[in-house]
Amino acid sequence: MHRPKTWLILFTLLCWAASRFQGAINPYYFDVIIMIGINIVLGVSLNLVNGYTGQFSLGHAGFMAVGAYVSASATLFCGAWFVVALVTGGLGAALAGFAVGVPSLRLKGDYLAIVTLGFGEIIRVLIQNTEAVGGSRGLSVPSRTGLFGTYLAAALTVYVVVLLVHSTYGRGFLTVRDDEIAAEAMGINTTKYKVIAFVVAAFFAGVAGGLYAHFKQFIHPEGFGFLRSVDIVVIVILGGMGNTPGVILAAILLTILPEGLRALAGWEALPGSVREIVQNRMILYSLLLIGLMLTRPQGLFSGGGKLTKWLKGRLAQ
Amino acid sequence: MTEFLQQLINGLSLGSIYALIALGYTMVYGVLKFINFAHGDVYMVGAFAGYYLAPWVWKVIPQGKDATVFSWSSSAGAFAVLLLSMALCAALGILIEKLVYKPLRKRPRLTVLITAIGVSIFLENFGQYIFGADPKSFPEILPDRAIEGLGDLTVMVNQAVVLVVTLILLVVLRFIVMKTKMGTAMRALSYNPVAASLMGINNDVIISFTFGLGSALAAAAGILNAINYPSIDPLMGILPGIKAFVAAVLGGIGNLGGAVLGGIILGVLETLVVGYVSPMYRDAIAFAVLILILLFKPNGLLGRAEKEKV
Repeated sequence: MHRPKTWLILFTLLCWAASRFQGAINPYYFDVIIMIGINIVLGVSLNLVNGYTGQFSLGHAGFMAVGAYVSASATLFCGAWFVVALVTGGLGAALAGFAVGVPSLRLKGDYLAIVTLGFGEIIRVLIQNTEAVGGSRGLSVPSRTGLFGTYLAAALTVYVVVLLVHSTYGRGFLTVRDDEIAAEAMGINTTKYKVIAFVVAAFFAGVAGGLYAHFKQFIHPEGFGFLRSVDIVVIVILGGMGNTPGVILAAILLTILPEGLRALAGWEALPGSVREIVQNRMILYSLLLIGLMLTRPQGLFSGGGKLTKWLKGRLAQ
Repeated sequence: MTEFLQQLINGLSLGSIYALIALGYTMVYGVLKFINFAHGDVYMVGAFAGYYLAPWVWKVIPQGKDATVFSWSSSAGAFAVLLLSMALCAALGILIEKLVYKPLRKRPRLTVLITAIGVSIFLENFGQYIFGADPKSFPEILPDRAIEGLGDLTVMVNQAVVLVVTLILLVVLRFIVMKTKMGTAMRALSYNPVAASLMGINNDVIISFTFGLGSALAAAAGILNAINYPSIDPLMGILPGIKAFVAAVLGGIGNLGGAVLGGIILGVLETLVVGYVSPMYRDAIAFAVLILILLFKPNGLLGRAEKEKV
């Protein structure tokens, strides 16, 4: 990307200008637009671990939960500013990411996937048993998230991830992904790079959790379960692992898709059985995952398309 | 003391369910070196197969006038339900392997892992679509009552049935793996796939056979669990699936005896934690065990250390 800072500032100004009109947006579309922003933060940050560093984490929703609860507590109990609450949530999640990452990143592939899944579940059980934040009843949070905050966070996530990937750290991530043994032989501390990727990703997942909590105004431990993690993984895989523009497109597509499916399910002309299948988006997601792995494991938006080439060209320079 | 014994018995019966599922993970890992995430859902399909097969079986083998009394025909019916749903799930396992995993055999492991997660989510949600999302009550295929003459201990007939059937299945499995040609080929394949195929072993057949065998055991676990806890639903396979995986890792993945040992340990541990600490931690305990074992003894209790070759 030429002058990433300029782009960031331009985009921030654009978001600020757009947020002046957020009251005029239909609440339904507003919900979708905010969720797109949150999903971009989640997808792009998970891509740092699953895509660029070649590890497979299935616990992103767990870090999102930590961020959501920590930032909600900061708002509720300390009356912190929204920015402070978000950063606190991010730091809490990063701390959890560090605690999870250091022991588990010595593992590979399938084991890492299961251990991160396990940590995600443990986090959920712990929250469920913490009465101070509502336990299994959930927690009500004041509304703070707006268009500006969400898209500024999304832009910052993309900015940090792109710059990180093109720094020396990025070279470290890529070598770990491409050949861990060779990287070790070259004297690269692979665990260090894995943990850095993991902690940064957890930080942004926490920020996304904070945005989510202050937008939906109600959080519940069940909302951050395994299926939520799968949602984020599907975004990364559909976009193409290690392809940030692709992941952004996938986040947009996969946030709109369920809404489109809902409209389709309400369409009277379709036979009832088709409408029922369409209503359960997880059936389609799973078929999408299997189909993609069989035919296009590099993701929908990786490779030859003109649009991705152009976008990649923009981001890569 | 009685209470402890009681917990131990409950734990054993839970543990044998985990052991049966864990065997499937460990066998597939042995031949393909990948974790079949969808295995827990095959267990769910097994329970549902029993649910739908039982009335059908009773048409052929009448259950007798009084279903609460033990009789030869009622046990024959239960046996038929068990065998039929095992066969059905074996077919399902082979089908999944042929359709989805076989085309990916030469691909990176991550690709296969993601596909397996996809298959798992598909089975869960397609199950919700086909069977309905609400829990169903599993039919009473065996009359259940407490075994008399044990003092303060309450052991239900079905708990004993679970233990006995598990034991029989383990003996049969050991016979298949150690004494038959198929079993020998399986062991050869897990030792070195290339050399095995050079010796004239058809790897595709053996891999399908392994999937079938593992899925049949998962189905048996599904039925055995359902006769004790008769509420079944399409998402019931997720947690037992993950816990059985933990059991397989605990025992040393790829090791059949280890899977059984891991399953029993985990089942007993879980029951003791629920009984003496707090039922809230029922599901977290398995993950805690997994994390500890991977940190301190990643090859499991009975597994051998493998050197990484470049």
